Amino acid sequence: MIEAVWGWPPPVLDPAGPYSAQVTTLSWALFALGVFVTGVVVVALWVAIKGPPNWKANLGGERAIWIGGVAFPGVVLTALLIWGLTLTASLTEPIRGDEMRIRVTGEMWWFRVEYLDPDGAVMMVDANEIHIPVDTPVVLELESADVIHSFWVPHLSGKKDMIPGRRTLLRIEADRAGEFGGVCAEYCGGQHALMGFIAVVHEPAAWQSWLADRMDTLANAAEPVAQESQRYPGDADLYPTEAEYLERYDARRGYDLFMETGCAACHRIAGSEANGLAGPDLTHIASRRSLGAGILPNHRGTLIGWIGDSQSIKPGNRMPSYDRLSAEDLGHIAAFLELQK
Amino acid sequence: MKSETGFDHALYERFPTDKRPDSEVDALNEIWKAPTGWRRLTAVNNNYVGFWYVVTAFGFFLAAGILALGMRVQLAAPMQDFLGVDTYNQFFTMHGTVMMFLFAVPMVEAIGIMLLPQMLAARDLPFPRLSAFAFWAYFVGGTMFFMSLFVGLAPDGGWFMYPPLTSIAFSPDINTDFWLLGIGFIEISAIAGAIEIIVGVLRTRAPGMTLDKMPMFAWAMLVFAVMIVVAFPSVILCTMLLEIERAFNWPFFDATRGGDPMLWQHLFWFFGHPEVYIIFIPAAGLMSMMVSTVARTKLIGYRLNVLALVATGFISFGVWAHHMFTTDMPRVSAGYFSAASMAVSLPAGIQVFCWIATLASGTIKWTTPALFVVGSVVVFTMGGLTGVMVGMVPFDWQAHDTYFIVAHLHYVLIGGMVFPMFAAFYHWHGMTSSKALSERVGKWVFGLMFTGLHITFLPMHLTGLMGMPRRVYTYLPGRDLDLLNMISTIGAFVMAAGVLLFVIDCARRFRFTVHDDAGNLYNGGTLEWLPTGLYSTRSIPLVRSRDPLWDQPGLSQEVADGRYFLPNSATGQRETLITSPVMAEPQYVQLMPGPSAWPVSAAVFTAGFFLSLTVQAYPFAIFCGIVAVLSTLRWLWETDRPIKQETAEIGGGIEVPIAITGSSSHGWWALNTLMVVIGMIGFMGVFAYLYLYGINPEVWSAPPPLGQTVLILTMEGLAFVAAWGGRRLLATKEGRLAEDLPWMMEALAVGLLAGALYFDITGWLETGLAPTMNGMGATVFMLMVLQAQVVTVAIIMAAYLAFREARGIMTTPTNVTMDVVARFIGFCALQGLVFTAVTRFFPGG
Repeated sequence: MIEAVWGWPPPVLDPAGPYSAQVTTLSWALFALGVFVTGVVVVALWVAIKGPPNWKANLGGERAIWIGGVAFPGVVLTALLIWGLTLTASLTEPIRGDEMRIRVTGEMWWFRVEYLDPDGAVMMVDANEIHIPVDTPVVLELESADVIHSFWVPHLSGKKDMIPGRRTLLRIEADRAGEFGGVCAEYCGGQHALMGFIAVVHEPAAWQSWLADRMDTLANAAEPVAQESQRYPGDADLYPTEAEYLERYDARRGYDLFMETGCAACHRIAGSEANGLAGPDLTHIASRRSLGAGILPNHRGTLIGWIGDSQSIKPGNRMPSYDRLSAEDLGHIAAFLELQK
Repeated sequence: MKSETGFDHALYERFPTDKRPDSEVDALNEIWKAPTGWRRLTAVNNNYVGFWYVVTAFGFFLAAGILALGMRVQLAAPMQDFLGVDTYNQFFTMHGTVMMFLFAVPMVEAIGIMLLPQMLAARDLPFPRLSAFAFWAYFVGGTMFFMSLFVGLAPDGGWFMYPPLTSIAFSPDINTDFWLLGIGFIEISAIAGAIEIIVGVLRTRAPGMTLDKMPMFAWAMLVFAVMIVVAFPSVILCTMLLEIERAFNWPFFDATRGGDPMLWQHLFWFFGHPEVYIIFIPAAGLMSMMVSTVARTKLIGYRLNVLALVATGFISFGVWAHHMFTTDMPRVSAGYFSAASMAVSLPAGIQVFCWIATLASGTIKWTTPALFVVGSVVVFTMGGLTGVMVGMVPFDWQAHDTYFIVAHLHYVLIGGMVFPMFAAFYHWHGMTSSKALSERVGKWVFGLMFTGLHITFLPMHLTGLMGMPRRVYTYLPGRDLDLLNMISTIGAFVMAAGVLLFVIDCARRFRFTVHDDAGNLYNGGTLEWLPTGLYSTRSIPLVRSRDPLWDQPGLSQEVADGRYFLPNSATGQRETLITSPVMAEPQYVQLMPGPSAWPVSAAVFTAGFFLSLTVQAYPFAIFCGIVAVLSTLRWLWETDRPIKQETAEIGGGIEVPIAITGSSSHGWWALNTLMVVIGMIGFMGVFAYLYLYGINPEVWSAPPPLGQTVLILTMEGLAFVAAWGGRRLLATKEGRLAEDLPWMMEALAVGLLAGALYFDITGWLETGLAPTMNGMGATVFMLMVLQAQVVTVAIIMAAYLAFREARGIMTTPTNVTMDVVARFIGFCALQGLVFTAVTRFFPGG
């Protein structure tokens, strides 16, 4: 279970950034108003039905309608509207253009995440996880590859739809480090329910090092390998040792299986022959916190389970269950994937 | 008082007249009796049709409620497997769709058909066969639609069916087609009912029932029906567009070819938000009447309440995009729609305080209806308040599409419609049941439903703020959602227990009757509590106040003694009194058709037509379509006959004409309403064309040459002149001019329209534009499809007119059938002119 990112207190009322914090204040005011007005109506009903005769007489005429049904709501709603419009305006201030940009694409049923450099070029591809530094405004370019999805991290901001043929922009900012859950909020077919992601907010230094690690992986993989043998024997960091793993799981064997059994047709691993674009990019899969779009913690057991039987975990998702592979082979693949950081 | 029609109000002083012979009652009974045995199904009396309608709608309420229980079991704990993902998605789609389209709207319409004639003291609604058609179309279509669930082919795209999820690429099976064709078809039934209600409320009120003496429910139904006429065309158009996109690949919503998925959202919500008020307004009308009875005093703030209903209707058409705040709307639009959403809660506030003030000015009697009425005020207020919250744009960004919304909409709809409906069941069941329901059980029903409602939906506000989106078949453990969901599930069963208790009590005590009913159990003051038979009241009373039974204690006996209008059948046929729209002055006696199997046949085969389309059985669909059209023509054939008797005495020595023609006739009013419906479909079609141009102007290409455009416009203009001329020729009264030429002129008009359409289509094809090419092609050709539909109807009408002339049943100088045909063809010509001009001059050139 990925427990840290969801749960009590309600994320909408537990803001982790300036944008959501303003909405939280508004929310509390609205709830207070709601409770107050419900109370007024209940008391008015009580007076109307059981109240003292002179109270009833006061309530039993058109004047009560003008006061309770016109004047009071008129004043309150006008005040609320002004607050709402002002807040809407401040939350939708034009984007400056020099913010850090991440492109998030909704797909059935996961999120493709592309980190953009200042020129707008993709510098790194990930999935179902968004890493941002604290106290830094980030602009998300939201797109859809198929149907309408909606991007929502309640701790950080309201939601925004991902619409085919359009690019919507959402600005988020966090003021404390932590991991926050996100989901697709717009019904997008079968597995809409299990389409989640995690927003990870780092202290600036930690974010830098997280990014540097990812870029290192890419740099080391920059030369496409003609033969798999060139990649592993020479690379002590990547090749598993007996001490690190049970001897039956062999990442090298896993690599072969990955290429042979069809994984590579849908998944990409930078620098390898695996160039499929239909599914999530696996170049950094071992660095992720979750599997299956925010639904399983990421370790060898869940990895094996997911590859072997993803259709039981998330029925109807686009990845077939590789139940024809033996448990041992699944272990090899998992061992290989665990090296992809 | 100034007269509206020239009717002398002094004549009202003649009433009540002397007692009339009892033999007239026997004659009325004989004329209005319903067929027996299985032929009972061909009955058209509102007592029967209204009752069947209510029962069917309630059946769908139970069915959709059972689906909800299934969903609550699935969600009681995380990661359960009670319903699979596919079944769950079909369940929630059907729950929403059935509750909105097969329960809520038909139910309020059914209550209208059941209560309105008696409330207005009309003998029946003005077009009884149209009510029967509306009911049977709904019954057959709705049942078949629901059956799709049992074969696993039920729609699964959510009740608002957003493309591209519902486009052929992502929903290749026929589930979606069931929704599009099924719902599109049921809308036709709703519109038929709405036309009936508009004309009924405006033209069949008892004399003296001026607009400001009308019962609140009649006001509510008038606003309701007008809203249906304006809003439903939009959903009919968008279901047509999506079905055509799915079947023929016309890319209205396909962003890769110059379409736009957002077009659906605009069209759908332009219908979808008014829909909520369409459901709420009639229920509010019922509430206003029941509050007054419950408190045993007159309604406080009648005029304010009417104003609130009308204002709600208006404003509700300006709030649709508040369902789209998260789609990256421009700031100004968001502000406008937010302000409108705030504004629409003002009339709701007025109504709530009208009810509270009325309760305060009277003395409440704690009957079952009273409990439901008071409970409804509380629940509806709570739903309204969360509505204000989500009307605030920044809060909506958080709450949108979560369980907070699920809670909000259930509070609004249960408080605003379901509770008033149960109150109304108790309040009015004495009209149709020979035995009264149990008051003791009724209080339990209320108690269980009221507590169950809060246990179910109050925690959902929190579930939503916890981050649980709506429409999820399951959720992950460890998110602190387990307990809240379990509470909701328990509440759902508590509420269901209340409904079950009601059903059991109905089975034990409710016995349908039209004669010896249990009567006015709660002492209401309006006309539906006059003594009635199948012919409604013996005589049609003169109305002098808003609560006639309270103000004139002897009225019931006077009415039963025939001392008011139309105490007998003046012509020996079914008839009712048509009065003027504002002052309700007697204008003429309308003859009404009796029982017939043809409306039933038309409805069944129309349903068959749409179902066959869904399963792609095209030859059978064509067969059904032809039978449906022939049935409709056959049902009309018996109407609008020449009659010898020209005037009738309606009591007090007052003579009025029988079955008039022209702009005062009820048929003319109905046709105008229908033209608004078709005109709205065309208007939304033009909107779609301009909208896609605004989004994707780059796919727009140049129109065909100007000369051709001028030719087409000329033909359409001539068609208009010919249609109008035919009617003028009929008025010349004599010779060939009045016999053959009129229908020939109409035939010429439709010929010109068909020709114009042919040139329009071929002209566009010659420019290289194809409907499958891009958004422009799709919308341009769609407008021509809309035009082709009305031209086809016009051709059938012209042929029907010719046939009537050949059989010698055309009256001169004026004739209702002629009026209807000529006006409709004239309308087609105008629509053609607009479509041609829009697509060829703007903005393509």
